[in-house]
Amino acid sequence: MTGAKVLLMMGCPEIPIQTSIALYLSHKLTNLGFDVTVAGTDAVIKLLKVSDYDGYYVKKMVDLDKTLEDIIEKRADFDICFAFMHNDAGMTYAATMSAISQARLYSVIFGRNAETLAEAIEFDTEKVVAKDVHNPIRLKSKLDKVMEGIAK
Amino acid sequence: MSCIEQKKYKILLEKTTFKESREYIEKNSDEVHYVSPGYKIFNDYYVIGIPPIALGARGNALLFTYTKPCHGTFVLTIDDEESKKEINRLREMENEKTTASLKKGKPLESAKASPTRYEDIWKK
Repeated sequence: MTGAKVLLMMGCPEIPIQTSIALYLSHKLTNLGFDVTVAGTDAVIKLLKVSDYDGYYVKKMVDLDKTLEDIIEKRADFDICFAFMHNDAGMTYAATMSAISQARLYSVIFGRNAETLAEAIEFDTEKVVAKDVHNPIRLKSKLDKVMEGIAK
Repeated sequence: MSCIEQKKYKILLEKTTFKESREYIEKNSDEVHYVSPGYKIFNDYYVIGIPPIALGARGNALLFTYTKPCHGTFVLTIDDEESKKEINRLREMENEKTTASLKKGKPLESAKASPTRYEDIWKK
């Protein structure tokens, strides 16, 4: 899968672990040879730009809605997508991605309502669930296993 | 997708879930059409969500969902010449689909971004 195009689709950034996991995942996947793009709202992009001022961990950042638009219009697509979510809106975006893209979809579900949200998902996706808000370690460990799998 | 914010819209339901928004449209519209994620309305707004996505018509007003990552899903309505055209377009696409089904002698498989009849959703 080296060279495969990966999209990290960020949700609302109000849960602290999202930004740290996005930086971690982007860096690890890039080092594994994947072509990584992070899509998010203005707030997500600003958080990432301030956290990673020199663009060391995240090489490509794009607007979330513009990215969906490009996929719908067949101007772009990805091989793998990690859809981050901790609320219903995040799930709505992931469901959209599932319907419009050819990408293999991983739903990264976190926050206090992670389990309820995971149970509500009906579209085809692999769920990575951690009921955490501040401590990213459990989610990181689960994503490490996913990365091991896709790097093979 | 934010072009909608520049139009004259009314908020009917705010900061809720996508499921509740769909139910609101179903209960508060004269007619309901179902589309897939990515269906384009008002020239440049792509409707997103969990399929099937409900679009409602109430008179000449179009009811539709609008999701913002940090604020949840809203039900918006626009009542103008463009909404009238959008409702007609949905009806025409539905008629075309029915005609095509009759010609082939079997129901069409759901195509991306094509409207679906309300009754058909519950038959499946």
